[in-house]
Amino acid sequence: MKRKVSILEHEWVPKHEVMSESEVEELLRKYGIGKDQLPRIKVTDPVIKEIGAKEGDVVKITRRSKTAGRSVYYRLVVAR
Amino acid sequence: MTLKRIKSVRFGILGPTEIRKMSVSEIITPDTYDEDGFPIDLGLMSQKLGVIDPGLRCKTCGGRMVECPGHFGHIELAYPVIHIGFVKKIHKVLSATCRSCGRVMLDESERMRFIEEFDKIKRTGGDIEDFENVVKDVFRAAAKSECPFCGERQLRIRFEKPASYYEVDEEGGERRLMPTDVRARLERIPDEDVRLLGMDPENARPEWMVLTVLPVPPVTARPSITLETGQRSEDDLTHKLVDILRINQRLIQNKDAGAPQLIIEDLWELLQYHVATFLDNEIPGVPPARHRSGRPLKGIAQRLKGKEGRFRGSLSGKRVNFSARTVISPDPNISIDEVGVPETIAKELTVTVYVTPRNIEDMRETVRRGPRHPGANYVRRPDGRKLKVTEKNCESLAAELDVGWRVERHLRDGDIVLFNRQPSLHRLSIMAHYVRVMPGRTFRLNPAVCPPYNADFDGDEMNLHVLQTEEARGEAKILMEVQANIISPRFGRPIIGGLHDHITGMFILTRGFKRFSRDEVLRILRGIEISEIPPPAGYDESGKPFWTGKQIFSVILPPDLNANFRAKFCDKCYERGEACKEDKCDRDSYVIIRNGELLRGVIDDKALGSFKGALIERIYKKYGPSAAKEFINKFTKLAINIITQYGFSYGINDSDLPKEAKDYITEEVLREAIERVKSLQEAYEMGELEPLPGRTEEETLELLVMQELGSARDGAGEVASRYLDIENPAVLMAKSGARGSMLNLTQMSACVGQQSIRGERIKRGYQNRTLPHFRQGDLSAEAHGFVKSSFKDGLTPIEYFFHAAGGREALVDTAVRTSQSGYFQRRLINALQDLSVRYDGTVREARGIIVQFNYGDDGVDPSKSYYERYIDEIVEEVLANHESSDESQVMRESEAEAKAKAEAEAGVEVEAADAQEMMRW
Repeated sequence: MKRKVSILEHEWVPKHEVMSESEVEELLRKYGIGKDQLPRIKVTDPVIKEIGAKEGDVVKITRRSKTAGRSVYYRLVVAR
Repeated sequence: MTLKRIKSVRFGILGPTEIRKMSVSEIITPDTYDEDGFPIDLGLMSQKLGVIDPGLRCKTCGGRMVECPGHFGHIELAYPVIHIGFVKKIHKVLSATCRSCGRVMLDESERMRFIEEFDKIKRTGGDIEDFENVVKDVFRAAAKSECPFCGERQLRIRFEKPASYYEVDEEGGERRLMPTDVRARLERIPDEDVRLLGMDPENARPEWMVLTVLPVPPVTARPSITLETGQRSEDDLTHKLVDILRINQRLIQNKDAGAPQLIIEDLWELLQYHVATFLDNEIPGVPPARHRSGRPLKGIAQRLKGKEGRFRGSLSGKRVNFSARTVISPDPNISIDEVGVPETIAKELTVTVYVTPRNIEDMRETVRRGPRHPGANYVRRPDGRKLKVTEKNCESLAAELDVGWRVERHLRDGDIVLFNRQPSLHRLSIMAHYVRVMPGRTFRLNPAVCPPYNADFDGDEMNLHVLQTEEARGEAKILMEVQANIISPRFGRPIIGGLHDHITGMFILTRGFKRFSRDEVLRILRGIEISEIPPPAGYDESGKPFWTGKQIFSVILPPDLNANFRAKFCDKCYERGEACKEDKCDRDSYVIIRNGELLRGVIDDKALGSFKGALIERIYKKYGPSAAKEFINKFTKLAINIITQYGFSYGINDSDLPKEAKDYITEEVLREAIERVKSLQEAYEMGELEPLPGRTEEETLELLVMQELGSARDGAGEVASRYLDIENPAVLMAKSGARGSMLNLTQMSACVGQQSIRGERIKRGYQNRTLPHFRQGDLSAEAHGFVKSSFKDGLTPIEYFFHAAGGREALVDTAVRTSQSGYFQRRLINALQDLSVRYDGTVREARGIIVQFNYGDDGVDPSKSYYERYIDEIVEEVLANHESSDESQVMRESEAEAKAKAEAEAGVEVEAADAQEMMRW
């Protein structure tokens, strides 16, 4: 019997959220960068498929961190 | 000249027109010089190709030797030849294009699809890798048996090493495609089809992969050497070009004479060989072209390739001036931030000094000394003339010396230099030291700075570089001085600290309350700059004053230092669920320092050792790098004085155990263990052994046996340590953390224990047994590498064999590991080399793409952070300062700041709340 499990529920998968347009704008302004200077993630990535982000979206990733307790990371969704 | 910025770099293939265009002369004759030794025009050493002799001028540009960069020539080849670097590409292109119409064999829909894909990559800014993946698909799709454009049946193209192509028909008949045929086919490919193949027709037409014209590198790229005999020796490339020209000429003659095709083809093949080996003389399957002496010639590829090649050898790594290298040896009497430099080296290395009104007298004296040590080698006049200072002219030069001159003076005491030991794996492998000119031939190094360099004195050599500009010296002083690098950025603790003898010495001094007479105290404190000794701790029976070891140590502590921590000597009662007795510790291993006074506890590895150094860390953080440096200098001297005074040695008898202990180990501990192994074995043979979950019976047996024998050795060690007390020097060293462990000791005096290969008992050897001394299938301890003896007693021949087997594995492992980790390191550094932390705390690579949004998630530099390690002490200190609030306000504030910072960085919420509470109060 096959059972469908959402990878988002897995212990090791940190929280991924698609950011709104205004949030992205603020983020880019904060770091003084363009979208192309963000770290990337493929649309084919299982998490991206799961949360349904599209090419050009920016996802906000909240991770547990050994040093800071909680850390935030942003990645641009790209085609390849 | 105006400065220009490189916007982009484009690679392509040189085509015949371009080669002719950049050529200044056609080269025709294979002869280089005439009878008078004069270069022949239209020859390989033509003066139009550049100058390699001083004094001559270039016939093309008129420049002198260094000014003229050299100019290319060209050779018109009688017949085209395949460029050996493109053989694979040519094969692929031939297979993907039609043999008759030259189109890439993709039908319209395929074309559209691929063009779409290329566009998409361009639009979304994909990299070369993405691009090449699509190209790969194009070649796969274009391998058709019939051309979709002209309907021509295609034949398979067979490539034969090194550079021939054959067309194979259905019956297996073959026809050789000569380079002319290949070129003709490549010429037929239209430009838009070339783009589909991933090539740029503007810069790399496919037919340019077949050479019709060969560029001749300028003579400056292949200079000839004049030997002492006056004979000229030509560069390898020149030799190769001579070969090419010879064959080319013969080919032309034969062609003009209408020689038979067979002869032409033979010569053609030879031309192909020479051109190929000119480009690359290490082609697989081709015998390398050799020099007369039998040495293989260096082709163009060989000049570029590999470690010594142009890229890794000449561009990424270069040789430098103002550097020296020699063997290192220890000198505990110099400071850790100094380096002893041999006088002979100091006289060779120079520092340029500009003469000013303020230093002119000093410089006069320096020049007057000339080649004698604190002298000078050269002076440079304001007009730029450089004059050598010699024994003869030094007096007159000194008199002539004036403001505006420059003096290249010898290296002197106090000069700042960079000191380095390879492999330079971290930034601490290069640090700034101050020079101390000394007699001898070796660099002298304080042994306490060995850990960051990973140096020892078994023949290690190190490099020294003299800084030449004021900016460099300033930067080195601030960032690279040894004291600035006491705390390692890797783990935030001191990497420089006491070594073996320092730890042992300090342990002996500070353990318990040893008494020292006035004379002893003075002798121990010799050479340490202190002006007075504290009042005596008391008076003995005869009324003479005495001092304790703890008092002596306190002399070198800063007067307001406070600390609490557990020493290495600690027995770790708290791990066994007992409360730490702290100041009432019966091993005296809880260190308490109040106002610069060591009240309780013993000073050992934990306090002073490199990689631990709790005390060094506290002093560094509270009083700064220089204070920490001074502290290290002082305690190492102090420790050496003590160990010299007290005497410390280890002899063969020190690993002896009393007879009853030995008997107990062999008769009880080991015998019982072996007995138990035997019963395990019997249980296994009877099939009564209960297998552990997930394991077979065999595995279970092995596991249990290993456990049993492991605890047998520990048991033996336990017995041994009962009989060896802290008076035993090996125990002292192990417990203080100076060197060695209790395990080493156990192996020396009690029992070496189980030998293992790949984490298992030794089981290789003969059929079902390790050695012929045992029965087949014997699973006992002895038969699988358990060594009952101790090193002191000596091993039996069988034990010796097993020990050697295990030892070999350890040796091989280390050899393999070092080479592997070295390569990993290289790859990692290549990948990360241009990442940097920017002022906004982000980590970005060269293009500004963010890698981390906040360095290490918390934005903390481990070498500048306190963590939560001794937050209690800082809080305590702040409180103490608060109570005596008349004390300097400034002091208090800086303390509070330090505390707040420490808490922020540690992220300890509870304590942070407390601190805030206190601040309000």
